[in-house]
This record gives sequence, C-alpha cells and structure tokens, in this order.
Amino acid sequence: MSDLKCKLLIIGAGPGGYVCAIRAGQLGIDTIVVDEGRAGGTCLNVGCIPSKALIHAAEEFHRIASAPQGPLGISCGAPAIDLAKTVAWKDGIVQRLNSGVTALMKKAGVRFVQGRARFLDGKTVSVNGNGDGQVIHAQHIVIASGSAPVELPDLPFGGPILSSTGAMELTQVPESLAVVGGGYIGLELGTAFAKLGAKVTVVEAEERILPLYDAELTRPVAARLEALGVAVKTGTLARSYENGRLQTSQGGVAAEKVLVTVGRRPRTAGIGIEELALTQDGPFVKTDSHCQSSMRGIYAIGDVTGEPMLAHRAMAQGEMVAEHIAGHAVQWDKRAIPAVCFTDPEVVACGALPGEVEGTAATLFPLQANGRALTAEREDGFLRVVWRQSDHAVMGLQAVGAGVPELSAAFALAIEMGACLEDIGATIHAHPTQSEALQEACLRALGQALHI
Amino acid sequence: MGVFEIRLPDVGEGVAEAELIEWHVKPGDVVREDDILAAVMTDKAAVEVPSSADGTVLELGGDIGAMIPVGGVLVRLEVEGAGNAAAPAPEAEAERAAETAPETQPETRPETGPEPAPEPAAKKPGRRMPPPEGAKPLAAPSVRARARAEGVNLRQVPGSGPAGRISHEDLDNWIASGGIKQGGVTRGRNTGVEEIRVVGMRRKIAEKMAQAKRQIPHITIVEEVEMGALEDLRAALNKKHEGSRPKLTLLPFLLRAIVEAVREQPGLNARFDDEDGVIHRHGGVHAGIATQTGQGLTVPVVHHAEAGSLWDNAAEIQRLAEAARDGSIKREELSGGTITITSLGPLGAIATTPIVNYPEVAIVGVNKMQIRPVWDGQQFRPRKMMNLSCSFDHRVVDGWDAAVFVQKLKSLLETPAMLFVEG
Repeated sequence: MSDLKCKLLIIGAGPGGYVCAIRAGQLGIDTIVVDEGRAGGTCLNVGCIPSKALIHAAEEFHRIASAPQGPLGISCGAPAIDLAKTVAWKDGIVQRLNSGVTALMKKAGVRFVQGRARFLDGKTVSVNGNGDGQVIHAQHIVIASGSAPVELPDLPFGGPILSSTGAMELTQVPESLAVVGGGYIGLELGTAFAKLGAKVTVVEAEERILPLYDAELTRPVAARLEALGVAVKTGTLARSYENGRLQTSQGGVAAEKVLVTVGRRPRTAGIGIEELALTQDGPFVKTDSHCQSSMRGIYAIGDVTGEPMLAHRAMAQGEMVAEHIAGHAVQWDKRAIPAVCFTDPEVVACGALPGEVEGTAATLFPLQANGRALTAEREDGFLRVVWRQSDHAVMGLQAVGAGVPELSAAFALAIEMGACLEDIGATIHAHPTQSEALQEACLRALGQALHI
Repeated sequence: MGVFEIRLPDVGEGVAEAELIEWHVKPGDVVREDDILAAVMTDKAAVEVPSSADGTVLELGGDIGAMIPVGGVLVRLEVEGAGNAAAPAPEAEAERAAETAPETQPETRPETGPEPAPEPAAKKPGRRMPPPEGAKPLAAPSVRARARAEGVNLRQVPGSGPAGRISHEDLDNWIASGGIKQGGVTRGRNTGVEEIRVVGMRRKIAEKMAQAKRQIPHITIVEEVEMGALEDLRAALNKKHEGSRPKLTLLPFLLRAIVEAVREQPGLNARFDDEDGVIHRHGGVHAGIATQTGQGLTVPVVHHAEAGSLWDNAAEIQRLAEAARDGSIKREELSGGTITITSLGPLGAIATTPIVNYPEVAIVGVNKMQIRPVWDGQQFRPRKMMNLSCSFDHRVVDGWDAAVFVQKLKSLLETPAMLFVEG
C-alpha cells in the first residue's frame, strides 16, 4: 500500500473533526479524515442526537399516559410502547445524519479513511497497525479524538451495567433503573426511562444534582424529578452490583439495570499522543488560542482539549482551525458557549453564573408571570440575567423551564454582540412567547419590569 | 424658536476658568445633543465639552486662546421651542425684518431651489468608559474579526456605544486616525507658512520649559554604562514570564537603581521651592516618566517607586503611559514628582542635555543602547553600551554630588545583582 499525503489530517470525524474537514475542503485544503467508526462521532451516533430522539419518544409516551389526569379534558386509554421500534426509528435518524455528514465531506472534497489512527511522529500517522498499516503524511494534524464514558472499577460496563451508549440500545423498558451520576447525561436518560415507566433512582456523590450549576437553577429540575417519582440520593457513593441490587453508601437500591454516567474522559490513549510528549493540561491536550498544541503543526479540538465537552464548541474550534491553517487571521475569542441540559424542565446556561464575575448582579424573571408558559401547562422555571453593575453589560443568561433550549440562540447572540440591559429591554419580543421573559428580566434589572 | 445658552461646565475640581483650545462647530452649524462643541484646557488636561441640546449655532463664546470662566457662556444655540435665555427683543426682530424685506423675497427666487435641510454633523465617539480591569472589550464578532485582520488591538479603541461597545464605525475612525497620512512627493517650492497658535498643552509645555531653563543653572553629566549583565537579566526574566506578564523594559530597572542611589543622596530626590528658599527632601521616590503623547510632552508620575516591586513599577509605568496617551490620566497622576526619567529609546542619541523638571532638582536621561568596541586591556571587545545624560539644578546640587550619583547609577546598572540585595 503506497503512502498517502495531504496538507491536513484530522483524527476523528465527530462534530469537531467533520466540521474542520468540511471547512478545510471549502478553503481548498487537501484534507483526509480518519475515524474508526462512522462519521458524526459520539454526538451523532451515541450522544446528543439519539438521546434527544429517545427523550422525545419518552415525552410523547408520558404525555399520553398522563393526559387523562390532566386538566385539559382529554381521555384516552393507557398507551403501550414497543421500545424496539423506537430504537429502530432512532437508528434511522442517526443513519440519515451519518450519510448526510459523509455526503457533506465528500462534496467538500475531503477523503475519508476508516480505521484507527496512531501517530508515528509529529507529521506521520499510521492507520490500523503499527507501521504496517496505511501511512499518511500530513503538514498539519488535528487531534479530534473526542471522549469516552468513564468506567467505575467496581461497576465495569457489560451485562446489566450500562454506559449511555448501552442505555440507548435497550429494546425493553427495565422495571427498575439505577443511575449512577446526577450530571446532565444521567438525568436526561434517567428522566426518559422514568417517563417510560421504569422505577428510577439517581445516585449522586455530590450534595446536589447538576453540581456544575447553582442550586437556584437546578431546583425546578429536582422538583420535577420528584413529581415523576424519581428517587434522588445525593451525597451517596455507588459501591457494587449484585443480585439485582446496587449497593451504595446509603443502603441498597433495587435495579434491573444500572446506568453509569459519572463523566467522560478524553480519548488520548492508544493513538500515540503520549509518545509525542505533547504538553497536557490534566488529562487533556493543552492548546493555545488557536487550538495549537505544544508541537508545531499539531492542533487539538473538542473534548480532548477539556471542558466544556460540547459538540458546538468542538465545531467552532474545528472551523477556526481550518481557517487558521488556510492563513486567515482567526483566534478563539468567544465570549460565551451556551450549554443545554435536556432534563425536564430543560436548563440553558450561557456566560457567567451569578457571583462568578466580580461587580455583577443577577435578576430573575419567573415563568409564572409569562402568559405562554401558563398556556403550555408549564409555569415552573425562570429566566435569569447576570449583568455588570458599572455599565449594564450582559455577562450571563440562564433559564430553566420547559422549552427554553431555543432561547439559547438569543442568549449567546446577546452576549457575543456585547448587548447591555437597555438593548434587550428596548427590543420588541413577540407575544405570547417565552422569550418575553428575557426582555422582562432585563427590564426588571433596570427597575422597569412591566409584568411583575 | 428660542435661544439656548450652553455654559462651560465644571471641568475639574478647583478649576475656575479654562482656555479655549479648539472649536468643533461654527455659527450656522446644526448640532445635536452630545455633539462635541469645543475643547478647553485646564491646567492639566484637555476636556471636550458636549452640547446639551439640539439646535443651530448662533454665536461662539470666544476665540481660540480665550479664557472662559466656569459657568460662562460657551455657545448660544437657536433651538426649537423655548430656550433658556432671553430671545432678542421683538422690536429688533421686526426692525431687522423690515430692513431686509425689500431685498429678500423668498417666494420669488427661482434660481435657488428649496434649500436642503442641513445635515447634522456625524456623532463623534464619546469618551469610552473603560471596561473593568481584565474584562474583554465589548464588540460584535464581526468587529473583532476585522480588528484582528487589521492588526488593531481593540483594547485601545474607544467605543462609542453603550457600555463602551465598539462599533465598525469606531474601528474605522481608529484606523483612519492612526493610518499613514496620504501625500505625494513634490519638489516644487512651497512658499506656504502655517500659523499655529501656541495654546493649550503646547503653551503649558512652553511655559514650563522656559521657567526651568530661566531659573535653573543646569549642569549635565554624561557617563557610559556597560549594559550586558542587566540586559541578560532582563532577557531571562522576560523569557521566564513570557506570556504571563508584560515585557520588562529598561525603565523599571533604572527606577530601581534611582531608588537605591537616592537612598545615599536624599538631596537629589527633592523639590526646591526657590521663592521661599526651602528644599523639600522626600522620603518617597515619586518618579516622573517623560512621555510623548499626541498633544505633546507630558510627565506622569510613578508615586512611591520605592515601595513597588520591579513588576509593580513596570506595570505602573505602562499604565500611566497608556493613560497619558488616551487622555484618561488624572491630574494627581501628573503632579508631585521628585525626580524625572527621560528616555527616547532607540531615538535616544549618544548624549542629550535634559532640562530639569522644575521644581525638581535632578533628571536622568537615557541614551540609546548600542554595541561598541571596548578595550579590555588586551583587545577590543564588543559590549552593549549605553550612555546616561543626567542634569541637575546646580544651585542646590554640587558637581561632586552629581558625579557621585551618576557613578552610583552606573555601578548598580553594571552589577544588577546589587539592585536586589541588601547592602
């Protein structure tokens, strides 16, 4: 097999890698992408996309099941779900997006090589095999190898112990499910299975669920979990699993299946990053404001570069790196990366949290005072603005409430454009929508709220 | 229609009057609220005076160079609706109308069409409220991208938007103001003579210089200093903290040397009140740093240099220089010096004759550093050499003391370890 040559080699075809590849292709850079799996990475194959499909199915099921008890006057029989069909439908969506991404890369003139990449040196990679595989020489190499679920030594994946990937392959709703780890991945999937009828227990080592956010922001989520019958054991450590019971520091929990979502680790092992002796930042590859590693010509983007491990961050990094290689004057100068938890209700956070930046204040507007929220039977939650007292610049925006993820666009735009309270307060927001709460929160911060 | 008088606002604590140094408008101009009308000079800084109303300029309150008392009328505007001043008496108006009526018949003037409504001048960017220390400047992503492409540091660009947000227009103005001036090569005779009134900051500089040179009999000493060791140390420190701290220039080291040297000779860190015949020797070293700005020479003062670390002083020098250049410097930061450093960097020539910053008694001038051959007893060796040109007030500083001071500076700079150890 003759060696391949290219200007840019990207290891990993996840959201960071494939976006970098498409942009590079558009810029006329000769590009090869290597991935052992299908295009789209964790996000598309076993992460964001399939989990959202499952969450949607669970929500639809739960709506029908709870409709007769609701105030709308709807009556219907008890619904049933064939989870195998749901999973097949979900797989169909994933496949459609897989081929979409593959087609986009092809259209941009990017070559795709399937296999596992391993660095031979800073300019050379071999795919499948140690030197006897396909060798690719490249001027620039982008490490976009992503992350993998962290395994607990006492609860290794396999059998009834599931990673998030395994949970999304279940063809039957388990009677009982223990979720180890109350971060967003565990809560999203745990809530979905609770809505599908499983008896769900969440075991979290920290004192709160979603420990990255403040208590105010997570309180509506905790309240909803309780209403859905999900047991939440905080400050509790999972120990072991035997005979259908998860043993914890606070006693045993009956669990047909155990979902372990205690975080994700960067995938740096096995691709030869250690041998290159790139400077690390903890377990992550250390990068500068152009996503360059400590070795000239080697970049890293996405989850291997650290938190927040979010697809859209990786995409933005990938785009920037392609432009940097093309010689454009670009730099990582983002002011805000929105983050969404598709819990129930959903949580959106963008920019500074209260108290994170000196000289800021936080102002909250409850969805109880929002007409649209009342008409959707979901008045739990609020919108919150964190603003700088000296000049009213908006430094952070958060919301918790059913349907708030779509507000993330307004949040990120406001912060990225450098909006201040007066800008948002003076912008007409459509009535009746949840977005009015954004305007009202800003007006309230100015002491001019109209609807509260 | 009414007449609105705009008066000179309180432009600084203790300022009773200010000198008009620039008009931004002329009679007949249409102005909007917040447009800059004029610039005035107090004893320390230039201040721009904005309009507090929309209207048409009727009359200016004085010529360039005039002194206007605080509260005095700066501009009279004709405004819609009632003004804040008595309108001209109606008889006078009628009289004037009667006088002009026969000549002007606006209805029967076909040759000149309807006059277009005068366009108000474009808004000038206001003074930016500096964002809090360490905060990123507010600007939309497209503005940031363009600034990067143009090589502009947005931290330096004044933003006219709310919260100091920088617009595309602000960036355009910044680039236009800092861009290379147009101008072709001509070889014809140029007989033009431009008259420039010496006003404002330039007049202050002129007065100060004349006073210093008139009152103070200067003595200047030029000595050469071998800079190799200090330059090695400086390079090592900069390398060690590359990226995490701003680069050290020579100045903080020199400041340190002065602090050490005046410890033995407190008479050089002083202010000489020649009217009362009293020398004030200061315990603290308040070092003026001569700084070139767009308006001319100014001397911001690093207060208590003896108490700051090398890095503290470096940061303070940089901060003051930037503040002096962008006009945000405070009055107290421009006064109270006890000794001054003047440095022109690579433009520093071989020797200079600095003028003592009255009423101080000593000034340390830094000349350019260059590699010169130095005879070591056997052969010429290339050495990084730099001259210091120091001037003193010979009324109160004897030649002996001046020479001892300069030798002390030389030995400290040549053996920089001495700067950082006791004894």
